Amino acid sequence: MHEIKFKVNGVEQIASVESRLLLVHLIRENLSMTGTHIGCDTSSCGACTVLIDGKSAKACTILAVQANGKDITTVEGLATAEGLHPIQEGFKEAHALQCGFCTPGMMLRAVELLEKNPNPTEEEIRWGISGNLCRCTGYNNIVKAIQYAGAKIRGEEVPSTEPEFV
Amino acid sequence: MIKCKTSKAIGGMGHSVKRKEDARFIQGKGNYVDDVKLPGMLYMDIVRSPYAYAKIKSIDASKALEIPGVVAVVTGKDLEKYNLHWMPTLMSDTQMVLPTDTVMYQAQEVAAVIATSRYIARDGKEAVIVDYEPMTPLMDPHKSLDADAPLLRPDKKDQTNNHIWHWDVGDKEATDKAFDNAEVVVKQHMYIPRIHVASIETCGCVASYNKVENHLTMYMTTQAPHAIRTVIALVAGHVGLTEEKIRVISPDIGGGFGGKVPVYPGYVIAIAVSFLTGAPIKWIEDRSENLQADSFARDYHIDVEMAGTKDGKIQATRFKVLADHGYTDASANPSKFPTGLFSIGTGSYDYGTAFMEADAVYTNKPPGGVAYRCSFRVTEAVHAIERITDIFAKEIGKDPAQLRFENFIKKEDFPWKSPTGWEYDSGDYEAGLRKAMDAVEYEKLRAEQAEKRKEGKLMGIGISTFTEVVGAGPSKDFDILGIKMFDSAEIRVHPTGKAIARFGTKSQGQGHETTYAQIVAEELGIPYEHVQIEEGDTDTAPYGLGTYASRSTPTAGAAAAVAARKLRDKAKKIAAYLLEVSEEDLEWEPGKFFVKGAPDRAKTIQEIVFAAYTNHPPGMEAGFEATHYYDPPNLTFPSGAYICVVDIDNETFEIKVRRFVAIDDCGNIINPMIVQGQVHGGLTQGIAPAMYEELIYDEQGNILNGTFMDYLVPTAVESPNWETGHTITPSPHHPIGAKGVGESPTVGAPPAIANAIVDALSVYGVTHMDIPITPYKIWKKLKEMGKI
Ligand code: FES
Ligand code: FES
Repeated sequence: MHEIKFKVNGVEQIASVESRLLLVHLIRENLSMTGTHIGCDTSSCGACTVLIDGKSAKACTILAVQANGKDITTVEGLATAEGLHPIQEGFKEAHALQCGFCTPGMMLRAVELLEKNPNPTEEEIRWGISGNLCRCTGYNNIVKAIQYAGAKIRGEEVPSTEPEFV
Repeated sequence: MIKCKTSKAIGGMGHSVKRKEDARFIQGKGNYVDDVKLPGMLYMDIVRSPYAYAKIKSIDASKALEIPGVVAVVTGKDLEKYNLHWMPTLMSDTQMVLPTDTVMYQAQEVAAVIATSRYIARDGKEAVIVDYEPMTPLMDPHKSLDADAPLLRPDKKDQTNNHIWHWDVGDKEATDKAFDNAEVVVKQHMYIPRIHVASIETCGCVASYNKVENHLTMYMTTQAPHAIRTVIALVAGHVGLTEEKIRVISPDIGGGFGGKVPVYPGYVIAIAVSFLTGAPIKWIEDRSENLQADSFARDYHIDVEMAGTKDGKIQATRFKVLADHGYTDASANPSKFPTGLFSIGTGSYDYGTAFMEADAVYTNKPPGGVAYRCSFRVTEAVHAIERITDIFAKEIGKDPAQLRFENFIKKEDFPWKSPTGWEYDSGDYEAGLRKAMDAVEYEKLRAEQAEKRKEGKLMGIGISTFTEVVGAGPSKDFDILGIKMFDSAEIRVHPTGKAIARFGTKSQGQGHETTYAQIVAEELGIPYEHVQIEEGDTDTAPYGLGTYASRSTPTAGAAAAVAARKLRDKAKKIAAYLLEVSEEDLEWEPGKFFVKGAPDRAKTIQEIVFAAYTNHPPGMEAGFEATHYYDPPNLTFPSGAYICVVDIDNETFEIKVRRFVAIDDCGNIINPMIVQGQVHGGLTQGIAPAMYEELIYDEQGNILNGTFMDYLVPTAVESPNWETGHTITPSPHHPIGAKGVGESPTVGAPPAIANAIVDALSVYGVTHMDIPITPYKIWKKLKEMGKI
């Protein structure tokens, strides 16, 4: 067993873990924060994505011991006392989620994407989230949601999220 | 623009109101089955067969049981003592829960390990030693009926070969005659491959049996909780678990698409173990287990033929299907429909006669036969008809759009009787195709294509104009295990005018918490935000058959409208009493009754409801609630016109979908934003089988792509920017004129894509390619044809 110390959403945590415990299980089971999901066993789907020191990472592919000393953000840490994070607002406004299972991972991936590239093109967004699978939405509206959040973070007027029809 | 009868604040039909369910999902507060944690809960993992066909010589669990924390190892022999080692399938076949002597497919459940944690359960699984005697599996369905094929199901009395059933529909004689006399006949063999729904959440459950109360609570990823409760009672009644002692809770579901309709062995084992130990048992499958062992979809080998005249009048079609069902027929179809609704295959076209037949066989593949976001085998049928229509057009040298226009069922000919027995409710196919062609600028594209061809570039345009059949279904024909396929709604309005409505269906992302509230808002004028929706708890919701086959709006949505109308009738009586006028003097506008000619004399719905509890008319029953079980008079027939434009690299054969326009007609629209979202998602699940997905087995029965590393679910990069639109032809028999939409795009997109690719490759003389069409397959085909 290993003693580890880390932060989750700003709160200090101490845990005693087996070497083989995955970070995603540490978060979901030991800390009972179930917003981080598991969708595969091959690091392919991104449902487990969290931020580690601000960088998006697949928590199913990282050992809990590797989180020692790190600062982790999960979906539960996105909203603040002031309200929803722009990415959360974008997802709701643009109807970028259906079953919601991929959503936490998708949003955290988008947060890092926008941090690195505050005004991405559609193509950059599509490649940027290509490590995260969504089976429900067809991605159109996820792209829109990220554009919405980007505008909001940049302090610009947000694009319309009304559905457009040909 | 869609006209709305209600104000934005009420948010009835036609308003793109934001979804009520999103708040919890975007904040990580969804409650999916793996989030359920009960005191004393144990974890289950499953030992699976590495062989596709083998005798089990022995199972040695001793090493596993030595591991601290491993509580039990359960085998088929253990379940046999309780007669729980086999279970019935929905199609009256039988399926092993755990085998006692033979395994029938790779990844089949062989034993279950119960332990105090997920990790220890996995350790235990690795430590169970199974001694197999492998046999040569039967993998090719074409060989299933060969004289030397092994008899796969000797356990079934009267089963002398591997044939499961034969089915046919239509007029064989008239069809054969039409073919004999036709000027033009085209034929094509098509394989619609085995694929997997692959919802991002896998399947799982927590079975919690309380010995003291003799009561089972089953948290479970199911699209049909009520039916599951009845099935459990039928299977486990003999051990004392009767239906009033069973509560099925279907929590938030991370996508279903048909894959969460069946009862998988893991669920049954978890219940059995909880029953025996009294501890809650959690079983959550891995992605690989999900892909390798849960129900597949499709796997139809189809010979399709079309007959017609040289100038383009379609006269007849003939379909012959070989269906590979794996080792048992565990399809999720209504009882009377072994091929599901495949008989919709005459499509959107008006012609005299058709004949379809199908034979199903056993092989050593996993069982299944679920939808993959489709209404019971409609996709297979639509693919065949839309592809053969293009092949026919090519044969007679007519533009495929023109051929379709000339053969469409006309708007004024509805209701229309199809040669295979359906009565299509309504449609305007011509309007849909015109709109799609205008949106892509079809003529311009054809001109561009002609130019590109001169330059040696590969560009293709593909059309699909499909008719779906959804909303199962009318009780005279539709049942599952004898239970008629109605669905239900119960609305209770509280004294302050706020409501809760409960349904027999179960959303898996479709947005029922919003759209059902909008239906109630439309009918009663209570703002949608004040209508709470609940589904998925069999203790509280009225009985219904669940959500699949795009049936929720056609059945439960209709039930909501009818229940709300019952309440509106009651409201009218109360309003008349309060306003001291007769009912005939009252008029309704969303949210209030007022006296004709004196709009100031009015009672709002909230005032009326309050009176139902505080001042109801003498002789009237107090309270304000209604329930309705809706038995649809017919199915609904949504349609669509899709056009796909592809560019193909003429060296690498990489396929790029340049544009894809989807015009859907799902009748009246409840929430345009949600309908569009459904169409986007369905289209991505349409490009998936058209270009990427297929479950592949080798001759030994090994699955070659049973993980997300090699089973290619499209990402945002493969998925193009979808362009969508609609025409609106209300269903004449549905209370709100809606038809259902969730699956249309999955049904309609693959042939549009395949037609576009084949169109591009027609310069080489290619007339057909089986899906998924990949650059490698194109290269191979052209190589074989000697074109490159
Ligand atoms: S769970 Fe799929 S990538 Fe982590
Ligand atoms: S919303 Fe269901 S997987 Fe993305």
